[in-house]
Amino acid sequence: MIVMGMGGIYRGIVEDAITLVERVEADLWVVQKDTRGPFAEISRIPRDLEDRVLTVPGVESAHGFVSHTVQRKYKSKPLRLTIQGLSWPIDKGIWLPITAGRGLSQAHYELVADKSSRLQVGDKLALGKEIFTVKGLTKGMISQAGDPMAFITLDDAQAVQFDLSPESIRIERTARVNRLFNIELGQTQPQMSERASGLNSGIPALGTSMISAVLVGVKPGNNIEAVAEQIEAWPDVSVYTKDGQKQLLLKGSVDRARRQLGLFAVLLIIVSAVIMALIIYTLTLEKLHDIAMLKLIGARNSVILGLIMQQALLLGSIGSCIAYLLGQWIFPYFPRRVVLVRGDIYSLGIIVLVISILASLLGIWRAMRADPSEVLS
Amino acid sequence: MNQSNSNIALQAAGLTKIYGSGHTEVVAVRDVTIEVNRGEIVALLGPSGAGKTTLLTLLGLIRPPNMGRIAIEGTLVFDNHQAKVDLRRFRRQKLGFVFQKTNLIPFLTAAENVRLAMEIDDQPAKVSRKRAMELLEYLGVAARAHNLPSMLSGGEQQRVAVARALANRPSLILADEPTAALDSIRGRQVMELFAKVAHEQNAGVIVVTHDHRALDIFDRTLEMEDGQLRKSHN
Repeated sequence: MIVMGMGGIYRGIVEDAITLVERVEADLWVVQKDTRGPFAEISRIPRDLEDRVLTVPGVESAHGFVSHTVQRKYKSKPLRLTIQGLSWPIDKGIWLPITAGRGLSQAHYELVADKSSRLQVGDKLALGKEIFTVKGLTKGMISQAGDPMAFITLDDAQAVQFDLSPESIRIERTARVNRLFNIELGQTQPQMSERASGLNSGIPALGTSMISAVLVGVKPGNNIEAVAEQIEAWPDVSVYTKDGQKQLLLKGSVDRARRQLGLFAVLLIIVSAVIMALIIYTLTLEKLHDIAMLKLIGARNSVILGLIMQQALLLGSIGSCIAYLLGQWIFPYFPRRVVLVRGDIYSLGIIVLVISILASLLGIWRAMRADPSEVLS
Repeated sequence: MNQSNSNIALQAAGLTKIYGSGHTEVVAVRDVTIEVNRGEIVALLGPSGAGKTTLLTLLGLIRPPNMGRIAIEGTLVFDNHQAKVDLRRFRRQKLGFVFQKTNLIPFLTAAENVRLAMEIDDQPAKVSRKRAMELLEYLGVAARAHNLPSMLSGGEQQRVAVARALANRPSLILADEPTAALDSIRGRQVMELFAKVAHEQNAGVIVVTHDHRALDIFDRTLEMEDGQLRKSHN
């Protein structure tokens, strides 16, 4: 069951990793130059890049993408959410697999969360300096890290991301004024200090909001690769296709998780094989007298071998069935999503059969050595 | 050794079995010659360590003799230590075994235990089922056919064991102290059963026993001492 669970966790990690990339209708992902995109590492690009991308021939849509993880206390329990910013009003989250409530219908303070967050429609959640109301619930929208996703508008997502406490803001403004006087600009234009001590948005050079990526939709009939090449030619961005982004995800942290889980699974299979071999060996020892009797009355070695192998296969099959049924019951309570794929279950079944056969070899070896004369008094 | 007489179940001549070698050498059976006819029941007596069980392992084709020849139903099986036939196949087709402990498979019913002997000889299930019921009826335990061994008395278990030994119509039945775990009355009943089997099923029966109270049942008694056959009484 543990091996089955590990395989399921790996499948879950893969599915979680690519869920968003699969769901978001984007042909291209434009990210910060020489970075691997918003999931593999930090990517910061100016939000007005959307407008630049829209000027490229063949581009149908371009909207910003913000993704970051928050952890808040909710109803006395820690709540982790991966916040995804939707480019309101272009993107209202219609593509989301909503199972309860609705998508976003206003520019601020509405939230659609995955039901694995245990939030309910109508729940209120404080993020940044605002209170957000849960308006809808999705199913299966889990981040690469296994956290439930929450969808709010891009502006809200940025506000949450860059939210600072009033004291932090005051300290930063004071520090900014001090920094200004340390450079030539502050000495030649002392009136700048008034602006430096004010709002970020009052200083255009500092106020440009940053996003993680721009999602690009290519017009039907246009070559996606050709559009990507044009954008890639810009010196400040890197471009990935949908498949490219998925490969980055799967070859990054998911790959490490896969290898780690694979290693554990192999170790567990070896341990299971040893345990099973010992069980079958012990069971064979218990039946050694009967085996000797069978040999005495003329049973062929193949009959005895068949009996032991039958026992091993039965043990393996029953164990697999119990593990599967138990898994179906327990896996939904696992902290990470466990996805059981039919192919994996069949493969595991074959592995169990092979283990059963290998494990029975020790028992068979002992049975073949049983002396029929042991039966005589 | 006359191998043409079809009435002879067992012929063994000059059987010798030696364990170990050099200064640890033990001669367990020394130059034993024995002949048992079909329909004859023979008791093999002797004190512990006389070599009875070793002789049984030789006659039962479990171990090869160092010297001597064994023929069963006219077929030469061992010529010195060399086997002349497939011993397992020969054992399951020509020999029947009954032990002190009944050695019934505990999770099989009485009928299934009897069928087991036929099924390992690849006999069809329909045939084995019919034969098992016939044998259990013949031995008076048909009513317990579907009971597990643990639900049977010692005497009943031994009858089932005899039924299993008879399953493949053997020409020779070897019984190793089959009444040792039974009281005298049940012990005698089992010995009478062996006599009945020998006479009615036309099989040669050799019974290793310490029980001198039922010797009148046997056609012949052989006594062993120090690995040799000392006396023979008719």
